[in-house]
Amino acid sequence: MEQRAIAEAVKAQFPEEVVDIVDHHGQVGVLLRPGRIVDILRWLRDSDTLCMEHLRALCGVDNKKRKTPYPERFEVVYQLYSISLRHEIRLRVLLPEDDAHVESVVSLWEGVNWLEREVFDMFGIRFDNHPNLTRVLLPDDWEGHPLLKEYPLKGRKEWQGLVDLKEKVKRLDQYGFYAAAPTAEEKEAKAAAPVKAEAKVVENAAPAGEESKTLRERDQA
Amino acid sequence: MNEPIRQTMEVPVATGDEERYRLRMGPQHPATHGVLRVELELDGETIVVCDPQVGYLHRGIEKLAENRTYAQTLVLTDRLDYIAAMANNCGFCVAVEKLLAINPPLRARYIRTIVSEMSRLSSHLLWLATHALDIGAMTVFLYCFREREILLELFEELCGARLTFSYTRIGGVRQDVTASFIDGLQRFVDIFPDKILEYETLIDTNRIWLKRTVGVGVVSREQALSLGLSGACLRASGVDYDIRKHQPYDAYGLVDFEVPIAQEGDSYARYRCRMEEMRQSVRILQQCIDQLPPGPIVSDDAPDLHMSQRIIPFREARVSGFGTALIALSHKTKPTYPAGDIYVATEVPKGELGFYIISDGSPRAYRMHIRSPSFIHISALKALSEGALVADLITNIGSVDVVLGESDR
Repeated sequence: MEQRAIAEAVKAQFPEEVVDIVDHHGQVGVLLRPGRIVDILRWLRDSDTLCMEHLRALCGVDNKKRKTPYPERFEVVYQLYSISLRHEIRLRVLLPEDDAHVESVVSLWEGVNWLEREVFDMFGIRFDNHPNLTRVLLPDDWEGHPLLKEYPLKGRKEWQGLVDLKEKVKRLDQYGFYAAAPTAEEKEAKAAAPVKAEAKVVENAAPAGEESKTLRERDQA
Repeated sequence: MNEPIRQTMEVPVATGDEERYRLRMGPQHPATHGVLRVELELDGETIVVCDPQVGYLHRGIEKLAENRTYAQTLVLTDRLDYIAAMANNCGFCVAVEKLLAINPPLRARYIRTIVSEMSRLSSHLLWLATHALDIGAMTVFLYCFREREILLELFEELCGARLTFSYTRIGGVRQDVTASFIDGLQRFVDIFPDKILEYETLIDTNRIWLKRTVGVGVVSREQALSLGLSGACLRASGVDYDIRKHQPYDAYGLVDFEVPIAQEGDSYARYRCRMEEMRQSVRILQQCIDQLPPGPIVSDDAPDLHMSQRIIPFREARVSGFGTALIALSHKTKPTYPAGDIYVATEVPKGELGFYIISDGSPRAYRMHIRSPSFIHISALKALSEGALVADLITNIGSVDVVLGESDR
């Protein structure tokens, strides 16, 4: 089926939901209101004439710096494809800036789980009734959402987790885990003074008269 | 070839009052093929909860792409699936060409098909080598790397790089193929079918291989579609979906090949699908060598290259040898970039690699989303592995063929 015809079919089925239909290089996108997205996707997937069983991709878009003004700040884009009928359509759900949330479609496609988590991670868009809406690519204590247009390309400060890790390395360093290897001079000095090394052996040896005892016997005593 | 007997493994069933054991596998575990971390909850050897975690290799490629011109973004696509970088290059160029309405010449399209299939072979060889090594077949690893080396040397001869190529250009390819490259490729195509037989002799009916893969990680047709699998993983579950056939790009519409499909959906079926895919790749390569047409390798519409001081038309740059050094893109030839959005998918060795690019008329992408197959395949590990044994998780990670550079982007 032609993409334009699919878009018209969506509009005929859900007239209140469709905002606009846009076309670029033969690829048609349907702009939608967020309210009934699950119903629309279920209808597209289960309808015999459309049969869109493959959700190719799901991603978020931040419209803040568009050259032409856009009706809403955020978009969530669904790319649908029918493997049996070989046609595709793009759905773009418009979301307002102050309360960006949309119903999760995990109930229709299991594989959407991580894609929605990624959109949440990168844009802060919430998905209602998602089983586990946490960050997926960034650490849980990351501040901000990187793909927002106001997020800087270069970070201002180090992530706290890395700062903590560096401190831990420094702390462990006193036990010699990361102590510097001996320099050539130190090695020479060590080799030149074998008496000192012998003295160390004496220090570590068992107290006089207890050489024959095993460690366990010494402990018990 | 005789069909091996299919048998399922008996998995001990947990009764519920056993103590659970938490195991954190990775991110440094060699069997995770990169920096994948899997948190497991075990009941004996049975996996009760499997929670894969990614992000250790996240470099913000989508954010970087918004701040670079299209040609500068090309080098980032090498870093997605670094095992098959050439296929990513082609996928990105096909997407940008569709966005900018550029038609690459026929010779360039054939060359791209050749390099895509070579990188498919090289990726599948690495997959087979490491998958077999995980399961315990060391010899296959050495055999596969022997043939992979021939491919890498051919790549080196073509563009000077062995791993990250950036060989394709928006509107064509960077350099023409030489006669010695075609000769070398012909020699490889002649010997490779025998080598595939060699690998199959080693493991196809190997009893240990069958015990470890048959009936492990079974995905039904409906579940595969629901999980969003693509590539060989989806075809092994009986879905006939290959983008090279469904939406042909480059020269795939002009060559004849088959799409191998299996019905069982287990690790062994995925293995068989990829082995047959390698045979089909050899077929495509042979046809491309025979049909390779003469002509230009860069389209006249291709955007010019841009240096900080001077602008060199693409063709002149190529002739004078600048072409290898320059990757930036100016906007002299095409003063206006069309505004709009486009989603173009290509069939890379791991599955469906899609680029969703939004242009607002500037020479940079307003937003570029990369639909990476590995990201979705890793999320499917949970469904594949829960209820199975720990050893089966290793088989599953190997058989879905993931690469973390592409997953984390």
